[in-house]
Amino acid sequence: MKRQTVRVAAAALLASGVTAATAVHAQWFGSKESKGIPLQQVADMLHAVMESDRTVYTQRVVNRLQNEEKVIQADEHFMDKKALPLPAQMFRFGAEKVAEKTKSFSYSLLSLWPVNKQNAPRTAVEKDGLKFVADNKGKNYYGEETLGGKKYYTAVYADVAVSPACVSCHNAHAETPRTDFKLDDVMGGVVIRLPMN
Amino acid sequence: MSRTVMLWLVWISLTVPAALFVLAAIVYGGNRSFLLIGKTSNGHHQIELACDACHISVFGGPEVLQDACVRCHGAELKAANDSHPLSKFTDPRNADRTAILDARHCVTCHQEHRPAITRAMGVTLPDDYCFHCHADIGEDRPSHEGLKFTTCASAGCHNFHDNRALYGDFLLKHADEPDQRETPRVVLVEFLKSRKDTIKVPRTLVATDADAPAVHRGDIDVVTAWAGDAHARTGINCSGCHTAKAEPARWIAAPGLETCKTCHADEARTFVEGKHGMRLRDGLMASHDGPLGLFRAAKLAPMTPGEARLPMKMDQTRTSLGCNTCHSAHHYDLATAKVERCAGCHDDTHTKAYFASPHYELFKKEVAGLAPKGSGVSCATCHMPPSETRRPDGSKSVFATHNQNDNLRPNEKMVRSVCGNCHGLQFTLDALADRALIASNFTGLSGVHIESIDWAQRRARERGEHRQ
Repeated sequence: MKRQTVRVAAAALLASGVTAATAVHAQWFGSKESKGIPLQQVADMLHAVMESDRTVYTQRVVNRLQNEEKVIQADEHFMDKKALPLPAQMFRFGAEKVAEKTKSFSYSLLSLWPVNKQNAPRTAVEKDGLKFVADNKGKNYYGEETLGGKKYYTAVYADVAVSPACVSCHNAHAETPRTDFKLDDVMGGVVIRLPMN
Repeated sequence: MSRTVMLWLVWISLTVPAALFVLAAIVYGGNRSFLLIGKTSNGHHQIELACDACHISVFGGPEVLQDACVRCHGAELKAANDSHPLSKFTDPRNADRTAILDARHCVTCHQEHRPAITRAMGVTLPDDYCFHCHADIGEDRPSHEGLKFTTCASAGCHNFHDNRALYGDFLLKHADEPDQRETPRVVLVEFLKSRKDTIKVPRTLVATDADAPAVHRGDIDVVTAWAGDAHARTGINCSGCHTAKAEPARWIAAPGLETCKTCHADEARTFVEGKHGMRLRDGLMASHDGPLGLFRAAKLAPMTPGEARLPMKMDQTRTSLGCNTCHSAHHYDLATAKVERCAGCHDDTHTKAYFASPHYELFKKEVAGLAPKGSGVSCATCHMPPSETRRPDGSKSVFATHNQNDNLRPNEKMVRSVCGNCHGLQFTLDALADRALIASNFTGLSGVHIESIDWAQRRARERGEHRQ
């Protein structure tokens, strides 16, 4: 009797352990949630910060100082020309810093009409996502993809021309494949990736 | 005792001490040369016995080596505005590319101890590595269609890391420059002029001011040499170098790098980054303290010309390289340090040809006072050029870098820091691409023409026409 009680207790303990482990795994890995917050919400929060900073830099720094006050230029070769970094460069520098600090997310700025061809979409989700946000203004695109054997939750957000500086610079750039951008047009997309396992 | 037991005892008595010996060499040091699994590259051979300079932990794989690479080379890559930074390859969207060529790790392209496949700049990959990511370049750049991928980095057009003098807009900006600038740009001289009013020079000292204890003041030649030299002219007395603030009573007989760097911090920092001083870099140890006092912590011995892989003069093979090797104690003559000291050890074709070159003629004129300061071209002009640094308060300072390897390879690194001060870009690119001209120390004209500026101009024209 005593032995049977021990067996039952051990089985119960094992079962509760497995249940707890499964719950923890579901909580932390492989689910569409990150530490209790849905991945979509995490991506949206990250994007809110990125988009806000990007808009502030573009409007209050570059557009104001370059286009309105005309006191300093923004230039791709800002070191050589002692100029401001372009908004897209500013954004990428942030992405590079983040990449040095953490592997828990990554982001990039891509476009169907990239000045630098390396910033054209490469993965199927990037291609679908960029097309979706360009065709469906105001909507985001969410998908999953496996890259290098790892599964990612990938969100794509429209990158919109928020100031005349965006439009004039891109339309005039020697390497641009498109020259008819207008204010508020979707010029590309921000792609945020969160590892799922 | 059975034969088997005896054999076991013999085996153990031989193997265990041997294993302990090898283990002790790995962990504590000593003569580790037998541990080298292959000849080291030219960039690292000087520090090859400080194994833990690269193998910073006995555990771990590529990440450990990567940390070591970044620890020494990270800052220079950042300064070079690295065209292929790590973040480009850690981005998951490039996972398919890194599966083919794992550019997240330096050792993918720069393997060490692999002499059979090691080429210039320590590259151990086949020269067509650009293909893996830029196979479709011909679609975007018709001018590149049909070009071999082995020529990307060998035709004076692109570098993997440092393209500061090769990017399209730079080529266009400098496209029409004459071969020779009317007046050379003398960065250091101009910087010092601009700061002339802010530099406070104490009273010039004379021989009777020497504050060395009497016991060290016996050699009148030494005192006379000091009194006629830059240190006395700028108010630096004997005690300034021969004592340390922490121990003012202790007389330092032969001040070295540790003393010099208290005033010449940038020069000292860059000296240990180059091949002359890299053995003296902090943290490079030949051995560490070990059990029973069998091992003592010791830094690597300074480099000597005899250990170099370049041709050196036989009578200098044992000279230890420190500050005073080129800047003689008490006689810090810069003109001597800029040419004579270099040629005192280096015995290669390029060095020997210098004395028949137009550059040397300019240097002689400057030294003779027949040409403006800075207009002469010495060994140091090209190999230890002015370098910019920022102080913690953000202010700019210019100094002569003492890392003479910083701009050597790929030699397009010299375009901005050196050649462009006197010559136009096309003239420079052509000259740097002509190996025979380099050997003759630029006596004559280049027999090579680099087409990158032509192509950049053509591209700009085509894009302009396309836009219209």
